[in-house]
Amino acid sequence: MSYLKGMEPKYLDVLQEVGNIGAGHAATAMSKLLNKGIDMKVPAVKVVPFKEMNDSVGDEEGVVAAIYFRIQGEASGHMFFMIQAEEASKLIQQIVGDPMIDFTLPTVNEMALSALSEVGNILAGSYLSAFSDFTGLHLQPTPPALAIDMPMAILSYGLMEFSEAGDVAILINTEINEKMENDVMGSKGHFFLLPDPDSLEQIFTSLGVKVNE
Amino acid sequence: MSRVIKVGMAHFDFAKAPDKIRTSGLGSCVGIIIFDEWSKICGLAHIMLPESVMARTNTIQRAKYADTAIADMLTELLKDGASPYRLKAKIAGGAQMFHFGCSNERMRIGPRNVEAVRKILNHYGIKIIGEDVGGNNGRTIEFDPSTSILEIRTVNQGTKEL
Repeated sequence: MSYLKGMEPKYLDVLQEVGNIGAGHAATAMSKLLNKGIDMKVPAVKVVPFKEMNDSVGDEEGVVAAIYFRIQGEASGHMFFMIQAEEASKLIQQIVGDPMIDFTLPTVNEMALSALSEVGNILAGSYLSAFSDFTGLHLQPTPPALAIDMPMAILSYGLMEFSEAGDVAILINTEINEKMENDVMGSKGHFFLLPDPDSLEQIFTSLGVKVNE
Repeated sequence: MSRVIKVGMAHFDFAKAPDKIRTSGLGSCVGIIIFDEWSKICGLAHIMLPESVMARTNTIQRAKYADTAIADMLTELLKDGASPYRLKAKIAGGAQMFHFGCSNERMRIGPRNVEAVRKILNHYGIKIIGEDVGGNNGRTIEFDPSTSILEIRTVNQGTKEL
Protein backbone atom coordinates (compact mmCIF):
# COMPACT_ATOMS: atom_id res chain seq x y z
CA MET A 1 0.00 0.00 0.00
CA SER A 2 1.26 3.42 -0.79
CA TYR A 3 1.03 5.03 2.60
CA LEU A 4 1.93 8.39 1.12
CA LYS A 5 -1.16 8.74 -0.99
CA GLY A 6 -3.47 6.49 0.95
CA MET A 7 -3.51 8.47 4.17
CA GLU A 8 -7.18 9.23 4.26
CA PRO A 9 -8.73 10.67 7.42
CA LYS A 10 -10.06 7.25 8.49
CA TYR A 11 -6.52 5.92 8.72
CA LEU A 12 -5.34 8.87 10.70
CA ASP A 13 -8.29 8.36 13.05
CA VAL A 14 -7.21 4.79 13.69
CA LEU A 15 -3.67 5.88 14.49
CA GLN A 16 -4.99 8.61 16.74
CA GLU A 17 -6.94 6.00 18.66
CA VAL A 18 -3.77 3.92 19.01
CA GLY A 19 -2.04 6.98 20.49
CA ASN A 20 -5.02 7.66 22.72
CA ILE A 21 -5.20 4.20 24.24
CA GLY A 22 -1.43 3.84 24.53
CA ALA A 23 -0.80 7.16 26.21
CA GLY A 24 -3.92 6.75 28.36
CA HIS A 25 -2.47 3.62 29.91
CA ALA A 26 0.92 5.26 30.27
CA ALA A 27 -0.66 8.25 32.03
CA THR A 28 -2.35 5.90 34.48
CA ALA A 29 0.97 4.18 35.15
CA MET A 30 2.68 7.52 35.73
CA SER A 31 -0.13 8.66 37.99
CA LYS A 32 0.34 5.57 40.17
CA LEU A 33 4.09 6.05 40.20
CA LEU A 34 3.93 9.67 41.36
CA ASN A 35 0.69 9.38 43.27
CA LYS A 36 -0.51 12.46 41.39
CA GLY A 37 -3.03 13.26 38.72
CA ILE A 38 -1.81 13.14 35.13
CA ASP A 39 -3.53 14.88 32.23
CA MET A 40 -3.27 13.81 28.67
CA LYS A 41 -3.81 15.69 25.43
CA VAL A 42 -5.54 14.44 22.32
CA PRO A 43 -2.90 12.69 20.22
CA ALA A 44 -1.72 14.46 17.11
CA VAL A 45 -1.21 12.20 14.13
CA LYS A 46 0.74 13.78 11.35
CA VAL A 47 2.35 12.81 8.11
CA VAL A 48 5.50 14.87 8.37
CA PRO A 49 8.01 15.52 5.58
CA PHE A 50 11.56 15.09 6.88
CA LYS A 51 12.55 18.68 6.31
CA GLU A 52 9.69 19.83 8.55
CA MET A 53 10.42 17.30 11.27
CA ASN A 54 12.28 19.91 13.28
CA ASP A 55 9.14 22.00 13.69
CA SER A 56 7.11 19.01 14.82
CA VAL A 57 9.52 18.00 17.53
CA GLY A 58 9.77 21.46 19.00
CA ASP A 59 12.67 23.35 20.46
CA GLU A 60 15.60 22.32 18.29
CA GLU A 61 18.20 23.66 20.68
CA GLY A 62 16.62 22.20 23.80
CA VAL A 63 17.91 19.14 25.60
CA VAL A 64 15.66 16.18 26.17
CA ALA A 65 15.95 12.87 27.92
CA ALA A 66 14.61 10.12 25.72
CA ILE A 67 13.83 6.47 26.26
CA TYR A 68 13.79 4.50 23.07
CA PHE A 69 12.50 1.07 22.12
CA ARG A 70 12.67 -0.65 18.83
CA ILE A 71 9.43 -2.57 18.43
CA GLN A 72 9.62 -5.93 16.74
CA GLY A 73 6.91 -8.40 15.93
CA GLU A 74 3.75 -8.13 13.86
CA ALA A 75 3.78 -4.34 13.70
CA SER A 76 7.34 -3.11 13.93
CA GLY A 77 8.25 0.47 14.58
CA HIS A 78 9.97 2.87 16.93
CA MET A 79 8.76 4.21 20.23
CA PHE A 80 10.19 7.22 22.04
CA PHE A 81 9.28 8.81 25.33
CA MET A 82 10.79 12.29 25.51
CA ILE A 83 10.87 14.75 28.33
CA GLN A 84 12.77 18.04 28.69
CA ALA A 85 15.98 17.42 30.67
CA GLU A 86 14.93 19.87 33.42
CA GLU A 87 11.54 18.19 33.68
CA ALA A 88 13.18 14.79 33.84
CA SER A 89 15.34 16.04 36.72
CA LYS A 90 12.26 17.17 38.67
CA LEU A 91 10.50 13.89 37.99
CA ILE A 92 13.38 11.70 39.15
CA GLN A 93 14.08 13.94 42.15
CA GLN A 94 10.55 13.13 43.35
CA ILE A 95 10.97 9.42 42.77
CA VAL A 96 14.48 8.94 44.16
CA GLY A 97 14.17 11.64 46.80
CA ASP A 98 17.43 13.32 45.87
CA PRO A 99 17.05 17.05 45.08
CA MET A 100 20.56 17.20 43.57
CA ILE A 101 19.73 15.17 40.47
CA ASP A 102 20.28 17.24 37.33
CA PHE A 103 20.19 15.65 33.90
CA THR A 104 21.43 18.83 32.21
CA LEU A 105 24.90 18.24 33.67
CA PRO A 106 27.44 16.27 31.62
CA THR A 107 27.79 13.61 34.30
CA VAL A 108 24.80 12.24 36.12
CA ASN A 109 24.98 9.51 38.73
CA GLU A 110 24.15 5.98 37.69
CA MET A 111 21.29 5.71 40.15
CA ALA A 112 19.46 8.66 38.59
CA LEU A 113 20.02 7.38 35.05
CA SER A 114 18.82 3.96 36.02
CA ALA A 115 15.70 5.44 37.67
CA LEU A 116 14.96 7.51 34.58
CA SER A 117 15.44 4.50 32.35
CA GLU A 118 13.06 2.51 34.52
CA VAL A 119 10.39 5.23 34.52
CA GLY A 120 10.62 5.44 30.75
CA ASN A 121 10.43 1.69 30.58
CA ILE A 122 7.25 1.59 32.66
CA LEU A 123 5.60 4.38 30.69
CA ALA A 124 6.53 3.27 27.20
CA GLY A 125 5.90 -0.33 28.24
CA SER A 126 2.33 0.47 29.29
CA TYR A 127 1.81 2.36 26.04
CA LEU A 128 3.00 -0.62 24.05
CA SER A 129 1.06 -3.26 25.94
CA ALA A 130 -2.11 -1.21 25.49
CA PHE A 131 -1.30 -0.92 21.78
CA SER A 132 -0.78 -4.66 21.60
CA ASP A 133 -4.01 -5.48 23.50
CA PHE A 134 -6.02 -3.06 21.39
CA THR A 135 -4.85 -4.42 18.07
CA GLY A 136 -4.28 -8.04 19.07
CA LEU A 137 -0.85 -7.83 17.42
CA HIS A 138 2.20 -9.41 18.99
CA LEU A 139 4.82 -6.82 19.73
CA GLN A 140 8.22 -7.35 21.29
CA PRO A 141 10.07 -4.27 22.42
CA THR A 142 13.87 -4.33 22.68
CA PRO A 143 15.34 -3.40 26.07
CA PRO A 144 15.09 0.37 26.59
CA ALA A 145 17.93 2.67 25.56
CA LEU A 146 18.43 6.08 27.11
CA ALA A 147 19.88 9.23 25.56
CA ILE A 148 20.06 12.82 26.75
CA ASP A 149 20.54 15.05 23.73
CA MET A 150 18.92 17.19 21.04
CA PRO A 151 15.41 16.00 20.15
CA MET A 152 16.03 15.90 16.40
CA ALA A 153 19.26 13.96 16.72
CA ILE A 154 17.42 11.37 18.80
CA LEU A 155 14.26 11.14 16.73
CA SER A 156 16.11 10.85 13.44
CA TYR A 157 17.07 7.40 14.66
CA GLY A 158 13.49 6.32 14.17
CA LEU A 159 13.27 7.71 10.66
CA MET A 160 15.64 5.29 8.96
CA GLU A 161 12.91 2.85 7.91
CA PHE A 162 10.88 5.68 6.48
CA SER A 163 13.83 7.21 4.75
CA GLU A 164 14.35 4.08 2.69
CA ALA A 165 10.72 4.02 1.66
CA GLY A 166 9.84 7.66 1.20
CA ASP A 167 10.29 11.20 2.33
CA VAL A 168 7.70 11.51 5.04
CA ALA A 169 7.15 9.84 8.41
CA ILE A 170 3.99 9.13 10.32
CA LEU A 171 4.28 10.56 13.76
CA ILE A 172 1.81 9.80 16.53
CA ASN A 173 2.55 12.39 19.17
CA THR A 174 0.81 12.39 22.56
CA GLU A 175 1.57 14.76 25.39
CA ILE A 176 1.01 13.97 29.06
CA ASN A 177 1.13 16.55 31.85
CA GLU A 178 1.41 16.42 35.57
CA LYS A 179 -1.70 18.03 37.10
CA MET A 180 -0.75 21.00 39.21
CA GLU A 181 -2.65 23.38 41.44
CA ASN A 182 -2.96 27.08 40.59
CA ASP A 183 -2.59 26.39 36.87
CA VAL A 184 1.15 25.97 37.17
CA MET A 185 2.48 23.78 34.38
CA GLY A 186 3.81 20.50 35.70
CA SER A 187 6.22 18.11 34.03
CA LYS A 188 5.18 17.12 30.58
CA GLY A 189 6.39 14.34 28.39
CA HIS A 190 5.83 13.25 24.82
CA PHE A 191 5.31 9.83 23.35
CA PHE A 192 6.32 9.44 19.75
CA LEU A 193 5.25 6.29 17.98
CA LEU A 194 6.62 5.77 14.49
CA PRO A 195 5.18 2.63 12.92
CA ASP A 196 7.35 1.25 10.11
CA PRO A 197 5.83 1.84 6.67
CA ASP A 198 5.27 -1.89 6.20
CA SER A 199 3.45 -2.33 9.48
CA LEU A 200 0.77 0.30 8.86
CA GLU A 201 -1.30 -2.14 6.86
CA GLN A 202 -1.03 -4.66 9.71
CA ILE A 203 -2.33 -2.12 12.18
CA PHE A 204 -5.27 -1.09 10.00
CA THR A 205 -6.23 -4.66 9.16
CA SER A 206 -6.06 -5.75 12.79
CA LEU A 207 -8.60 -3.07 13.66
CA GLY A 208 -10.93 -3.98 10.81
CA VAL A 209 -10.16 -0.97 8.64
CA LYS A 210 -10.08 -1.98 5.00
CA VAL A 211 -6.95 -1.00 3.18
CA ASN A 212 -7.49 0.24 -0.37
CA GLU A 213 -4.79 -0.99 -2.63
CA MET B 1 22.63 42.16 6.73
CA SER B 2 23.81 38.59 6.86
CA ARG B 3 21.28 35.83 7.08
CA VAL B 4 21.50 32.32 8.42
CA ILE B 5 20.16 29.81 5.94
CA LYS B 6 18.61 26.76 7.60
CA VAL B 7 18.85 23.37 6.01
CA GLY B 8 16.31 20.70 6.98
CA MET B 9 16.85 16.97 7.18
CA ALA B 10 17.30 15.29 3.78
CA HIS B 11 17.93 18.61 2.06
CA PHE B 12 20.78 20.76 0.86
CA ASP B 13 21.19 24.46 0.28
CA PHE B 14 23.83 27.04 -0.54
CA ALA B 15 25.23 30.20 1.06
CA LYS B 16 27.50 33.00 -0.06
CA ALA B 17 29.35 35.31 2.35
CA PRO B 18 28.26 37.23 4.40
CA ASP B 19 25.41 34.76 4.87
CA LYS B 20 25.90 31.69 7.03
CA ILE B 21 24.36 28.27 6.75
CA ARG B 22 23.28 25.84 9.45
CA THR B 23 21.57 22.55 10.15
CA SER B 24 20.49 21.28 13.53
CA GLY B 25 20.02 17.97 15.25
CA LEU B 26 22.48 15.78 13.37
CA GLY B 27 22.32 12.35 14.97
CA SER B 28 23.33 9.48 12.73
CA CYS B 29 22.84 11.85 9.80
CA VAL B 30 25.91 13.59 8.38
CA GLY B 31 26.30 17.28 7.56
CA ILE B 32 28.55 17.81 4.55
CA ILE B 33 29.93 21.25 3.74
CA ILE B 34 31.63 21.75 0.40
CA PHE B 35 33.15 25.19 0.02
CA ASP B 36 35.36 27.42 -2.09
CA GLU B 37 37.48 29.60 0.17
CA TRP B 38 38.29 32.06 -2.57
CA SER B 39 34.83 32.78 -3.98
CA LYS B 40 33.33 32.28 -0.51
CA ILE B 41 30.45 30.11 -1.55
CA CYS B 42 29.45 26.85 0.04
CA GLY B 43 26.85 24.12 0.04
CA LEU B 44 25.55 22.21 3.06
CA ALA B 45 23.81 18.86 2.82
CA HIS B 46 22.06 17.02 5.67
CA ILE B 47 22.09 13.42 4.46
CA MET B 48 20.37 10.46 6.13
CA LEU B 49 21.58 7.39 4.22
CA PRO B 50 24.80 6.34 2.47
CA GLU B 51 23.69 5.35 -1.01
CA SER B 52 20.71 5.93 -3.28
CA VAL B 53 20.68 2.23 -4.23
CA MET B 54 19.11 1.67 -0.79
CA ALA B 55 15.94 3.40 -1.96
CA ARG B 56 12.82 1.28 -2.22
CA THR B 57 10.94 3.81 -4.32
CA ASN B 58 11.33 4.77 -7.96
CA THR B 59 11.47 8.48 -7.47
CA ILE B 60 14.04 9.44 -4.89
CA GLN B 61 14.76 12.61 -3.03
CA ARG B 62 18.37 12.97 -4.07
CA ALA B 63 19.38 15.16 -1.14
CA LYS B 64 18.71 12.28 1.25
CA TYR B 65 21.61 10.11 0.12
CA ALA B 66 25.30 10.90 0.39
CA ASP B 67 26.12 9.96 -3.21
CA THR B 68 23.34 11.88 -4.98
CA ALA B 69 23.44 14.86 -2.60
CA ILE B 70 27.17 15.38 -3.15
CA ALA B 71 26.86 14.99 -6.93
CA ASP B 72 24.01 17.52 -7.15
CA MET B 73 25.67 19.95 -4.80
CA LEU B 74 28.86 19.90 -6.87
CA THR B 75 26.96 20.61 -10.07
CA GLU B 76 25.29 23.64 -8.47
CA LEU B 77 28.50 24.96 -6.89
CA LEU B 78 30.38 24.79 -10.19
CA LYS B 79 27.48 26.52 -11.93
CA ASP B 80 27.71 29.31 -9.35
CA GLY B 81 31.35 29.92 -10.15
CA ALA B 82 33.23 27.71 -7.69
CA SER B 83 36.46 26.27 -8.98
CA PRO B 84 36.66 22.47 -8.90
CA TYR B 85 40.32 22.68 -7.85
CA ARG B 86 39.62 24.86 -4.84
CA LEU B 87 36.74 22.87 -3.36
CA LYS B 88 37.28 21.48 0.10
CA ALA B 89 34.99 19.80 2.56
CA LYS B 90 34.22 19.65 6.26
CA ILE B 91 31.94 17.01 7.70
CA ALA B 92 30.19 16.42 11.03
CA GLY B 93 27.72 13.92 12.46
CA GLY B 94 27.40 10.18 12.03
CA ALA B 95 26.90 9.49 15.71
CA GLN B 96 25.45 6.39 17.28
CA MET B 97 22.76 7.79 19.53
CA PHE B 98 21.82 4.57 21.27
CA HIS B 99 23.75 1.50 22.31
CA PHE B 100 22.32 -1.95 22.34
CA GLY B 101 23.68 -5.29 23.33
CA CYS B 102 23.04 -6.72 19.89
CA SER B 103 24.85 -4.89 17.14
CA ASN B 104 22.23 -4.64 14.44
CA GLU B 105 23.62 -3.47 11.12
CA ARG B 106 20.92 -0.82 10.92
CA MET B 107 22.00 0.61 14.25
CA ARG B 108 25.40 1.33 12.73
CA ILE B 109 23.94 3.73 10.20
CA GLY B 110 26.01 6.66 11.57
CA PRO B 111 29.44 5.13 10.92
CA ARG B 112 28.21 3.78 7.57
CA ASN B 113 27.13 7.28 6.54
CA VAL B 114 30.55 8.67 7.43
CA GLU B 115 32.37 5.95 5.48
CA ALA B 116 30.20 6.60 2.44
CA VAL B 117 30.72 10.38 2.59
CA ARG B 118 34.52 9.95 2.82
CA LYS B 119 34.52 7.56 -0.11
CA ILE B 120 32.37 9.77 -2.32
CA LEU B 121 34.29 12.97 -1.57
CA ASN B 122 37.52 11.13 -2.29
CA HIS B 123 36.05 9.96 -5.59
CA TYR B 124 35.53 13.59 -6.63
CA GLY B 125 38.98 14.56 -5.37
CA ILE B 126 37.63 16.82 -2.63
CA LYS B 127 39.79 16.89 0.45
CA ILE B 128 38.19 16.76 3.89
CA ILE B 129 40.09 19.36 5.90
CA GLY B 130 38.05 19.09 9.07
CA GLU B 131 35.76 16.53 10.62
CA ASP B 132 33.93 15.85 13.84
CA VAL B 133 32.26 12.48 13.45
CA GLY B 134 31.14 9.44 15.41
CA GLY B 135 30.63 9.39 19.15
CA ASN B 136 27.18 9.23 20.65
CA ASN B 137 26.04 12.82 20.78
CA GLY B 138 23.92 14.99 18.54
CA ARG B 139 25.37 18.03 16.78
CA THR B 140 24.13 21.37 15.47
CA ILE B 141 26.47 22.92 12.94
CA GLU B 142 26.89 26.36 11.38
CA PHE B 143 29.30 27.26 8.62
CA ASP B 144 30.54 30.74 7.79
CA PRO B 145 31.76 30.90 4.17
CA SER B 146 33.59 34.19 4.78
CA THR B 147 35.97 32.56 7.29
CA SER B 148 35.47 28.86 6.37
CA ILE B 149 34.94 28.14 10.06
CA LEU B 150 32.53 25.40 11.05
CA GLU B 151 30.98 25.82 14.47
CA ILE B 152 29.80 22.60 16.10
CA ARG B 153 27.49 22.68 19.07
CA THR B 154 26.83 19.66 21.27
CA VAL B 155 24.81 19.21 24.42
CA ASN B 156 27.54 17.95 26.71
CA GLN B 157 30.79 19.00 25.10
CA GLY B 158 29.98 22.64 24.45
CA THR B 159 30.90 24.39 21.23
CA LYS B 160 33.96 23.89 19.12
CA GLU B 161 35.27 25.29 15.86
CA LEU B 162 36.75 23.46 12.93
